[in-house]
Amino acid sequence: MKLTLRVWRQKNADADGAMSTYEVDGISPDMSFLEMLDTLNEELILKGEDPVAFDHDCREGICGACSLVINGDAHGPERTTTCQLHMRSFRDGDTIDVEPWRAAAFPVVKDLVVDRSAFDRIIQAGGYITAPTGAAPEAHATPVPKPDADFAFEHAECIGCGACVAACPNGSAMLFTSSKVNHLNVLPQGAPERETRVLDMVAQMDEEGFGGCTLAGECATACPKGIPLMSITGMNKEWLRATRKAGKR
Amino acid sequence: MALATRTDRRPSFARTVWDSSVGKKTVMAVSGLIMLLYLVVHMLGNLKIFFGAAEFDGYAHWLRTLGEPFLHHEWALWIVRVVLVVAVVAHAVAAYQLSRRDIKARPSKYVHKKARTSYATRTMRWGGIILALFIVWHVLDLTTGTVHPDFQAGHPYQNVIDTFSTWYGNVIYIVAVLAVGLHVRHGFWSAAQTLGAGSRTRDRALKITANALALVLTVGFVSVPVAVMTGVVS
Repeated sequence: MKLTLRVWRQKNADADGAMSTYEVDGISPDMSFLEMLDTLNEELILKGEDPVAFDHDCREGICGACSLVINGDAHGPERTTTCQLHMRSFRDGDTIDVEPWRAAAFPVVKDLVVDRSAFDRIIQAGGYITAPTGAAPEAHATPVPKPDADFAFEHAECIGCGACVAACPNGSAMLFTSSKVNHLNVLPQGAPERETRVLDMVAQMDEEGFGGCTLAGECATACPKGIPLMSITGMNKEWLRATRKAGKR
Repeated sequence: MALATRTDRRPSFARTVWDSSVGKKTVMAVSGLIMLLYLVVHMLGNLKIFFGAAEFDGYAHWLRTLGEPFLHHEWALWIVRVVLVVAVVAHAVAAYQLSRRDIKARPSKYVHKKARTSYATRTMRWGGIILALFIVWHVLDLTTGTVHPDFQAGHPYQNVIDTFSTWYGNVIYIVAVLAVGLHVRHGFWSAAQTLGAGSRTRDRALKITANALALVLTVGFVSVPVAVMTGVVS
């Protein structure tokens, strides 16, 4: 396959960026999108140019490190992560636009790499449970109803990649935050912090400069893990419940 | 010395709600639902125009005597007006502040653009501004009569016919009503999600209700200028 790539190049956080055009040849349809970028980078290095910086780690769709907005879609045209997107999703001769996640809370570090530590701080604000350290407790000591376990698992699938923020017209982190809140709030292990979790995580989300939710639904369409839009409804419900309860104490 | 057991005093309920993006959306949802309820009642009242001047003017007069003798003359109307003004102001201020936050959160646009959200979703902000301007004109035109030539207090039937006998009256009104329809279509469903009332099983019913409300309100409101233009009401 022969492709024309238009890639966002930005030297560092303070520099102005722009789209640069590259031609790549000899791309196999079985390559992943990242392998295609590796091919481009090998050529750039041989030519003595600066390779394109992009985030990646496990390359098997479970770590949440890879990003990239491809032709206007977070993680590209398939509902998966960029590392699991294969070149067979494109046609020979295509022009492909590759851009970084765009949000005030995700500043560009270099080229296609953005700083997603705002997500870490949202997790620090409440995305944990209080558990005693030491020997692992008996697994069946705390029964969890099957529907609750399924609900928690559906939300626990979030890998924190940030595609929801990238796709949202408001740069909102509601889907990310809600998946974390719902995951822990439904489980007995998460019960002690049920109220503080949602209040603190939403407050941190606001403080990081993410936008609000206008229920455009683009986050859920972009999510490679299929976190449903209703997750946000669930968090709104938890937030209202916690606010009412906090007011009484 | 006794140590204080409570160290983290959380801010008041009102402060928490107003300072949070989620809470401010709640304010928008509640004020929006109040205005929606009013619109349904308003639309049903408007339809009395099809039953003659006596019935329509009589209804307008009854609105002023509503609640008597418990309430003084026009008090019920003024209570409704105050609630509505509070709702409109709360809705608009929250919308302005949330929009500022949203625009700030996405300072640089994508080079490769894709518009995927529905028309109703994309027009919420401009639609809201159009509606705010319309409300001002509408009150000045048919409540106070400030911008209405030959306004006759107590004769709303004639005033309505006067307004819809001008081309600009019809254009302003019909554009605003279409904006209401689009606004309600996305707004009602969104309010349900913001208040945590949505669920996977209820989603279809909520979307159908939103569409039905939008359609009924649009058709109901538009029927009046159309009837005047076609001579059904004269």
